[in-house]
Amino acid sequence: MRDVEKSFGAVPVLRGVSLTVHRGETVCIIGPSGSGKSTLLRCINGLVPITAGSITVAGREVNDPKLDPLALRRDVGIVFQQYNLFPHRTALQNIMMAPVHVLGQDRASVETRARALLAKVRLTDKADGFPGELSGGQQQRVAIARALAMNPKVMLFDEVTAALDPETKKEVLVTIQELAGEGMTCILVTHEMGFARRVADQVFFTDGGVLVEEGPPEQVLDAPREARTRDFLDKIL
Amino acid sequence: MTHLSVLCKPRRLPAIRAPLAWPGLPVGVALAFVASVAWAQAGAAVRPGPIEAILRWGPLIFGGFLFNVLTSVLSMTVGTALGAPLGLLLIAPGRLPRGISWAVTQFFRNAPWLVLLFYVMFLLPFELHVGGVTIPLPDWAKAVLGLSLPVAANVAEIVRGALQSIPEPQWSAAAGLAFGRLQTIRLIILPQAIRRMLPPWMNLYAILTMATTLISIVGIQDGLTITRAAISSDARPEMMLPLYLFLLLLFFVYCYPIARATLALERRLLVRG
Repeated sequence: MRDVEKSFGAVPVLRGVSLTVHRGETVCIIGPSGSGKSTLLRCINGLVPITAGSITVAGREVNDPKLDPLALRRDVGIVFQQYNLFPHRTALQNIMMAPVHVLGQDRASVETRARALLAKVRLTDKADGFPGELSGGQQQRVAIARALAMNPKVMLFDEVTAALDPETKKEVLVTIQELAGEGMTCILVTHEMGFARRVADQVFFTDGGVLVEEGPPEQVLDAPREARTRDFLDKIL
Repeated sequence: MTHLSVLCKPRRLPAIRAPLAWPGLPVGVALAFVASVAWAQAGAAVRPGPIEAILRWGPLIFGGFLFNVLTSVLSMTVGTALGAPLGLLLIAPGRLPRGISWAVTQFFRNAPWLVLLFYVMFLLPFELHVGGVTIPLPDWAKAVLGLSLPVAANVAEIVRGALQSIPEPQWSAAAGLAFGRLQTIRLIILPQAIRRMLPPWMNLYAILTMATTLISIVGIQDGLTITRAAISSDARPEMMLPLYLFLLLLFFVYCYPIARATLALERRLLVRG
């Protein structure tokens, strides 16, 4: 990702952000609200088109006008803060829909995989539950399984624990940690500093649409070089 | 003081439910019917009374009313078939299809139904020639088409409103899973929106059913035409009240359950969210 800029109308949200995430890495993007973290994340799978700069994901140029955005999104899974499950489908169906309808895969094999994913997020018994019947943490784990069902190369997590209470938060974070441990490339926008410290290979601190500081968590979180990073960490810890 | 406290006692009936849930409404209509029959009877001591008139003309009027029902079903079917794609175009990403569908919708939604009916009746030929094949266009078919135009425009608005009432994150989630736009609408947005479309759609149908009597003005034999013919053939103007009320009751008996069902559906939606 190089020199990425994004404006909503006349309002600049990203003002030249450059960062690199290597395959298999887990990185956390932290920073105050409104600093453009979520926008940055949504630029990666083209949900938000960028104004200038370039983003390359697994060999694909995201802002190439010839790019098929759907092909890109097959490789990049995303999980949202508000889960955004499809309320008219069961947990199992939520997971199966995209592989069956988007990838055109055989329903029986998709179902086997979907059930395996439900087991992985420890929700085997909730396969036939509708989203409205699940707790926030359970819904979020279904959402993670749903994104994983596409066999993405990269997973984006947009403040996925921000709407959860401390206990359910932990279930979700454990799931993500396992995923990271298996070598999935994970990019998280998060306020969970403890999680970032334990799991992240790199931490990026953004403020006012620019990347202020980056480095391994022990450096950025424990010995920040920039005054703005220190300010932010002082406020939240 | 005791009087006051009695007066101030809160009423238990919820205000919104009262008008339709009140069993007095059908009873009241029936009473008015009986009263009008009695009124007509009073002036007709020797000649056959209103009961006889209704017994005599009732089956014919009922037949005409069934034609109104058939017209409403056909118009609703055609109107929905035209209006649903129109509603989808109203939220199309392209500016041109959106603009055109918007203009069409607004035009037919804001034109008097009767004027539209006249237009279709008199502008369309009585038969169409398509590549050597002659398709007859009888008056009833033209009337169905004429009524289905405003229905289509209203259906389009219902579809658009329901689609747009589905929260944006559902679109994002679908896009994030690489669903295309049409797939998103078909698999994710529409199934959720249809529940919200049903009450206004049923409401529109009830309005359409009552509006089908407009076709009597353009010379089609419906329930209203037959009722008028019955009154004038007997040369008994005092039969107007019972015979028209009989027709009104037919419509009421048909449309009132639809209104109740619509309300029940709406309430269920409110509960489920």
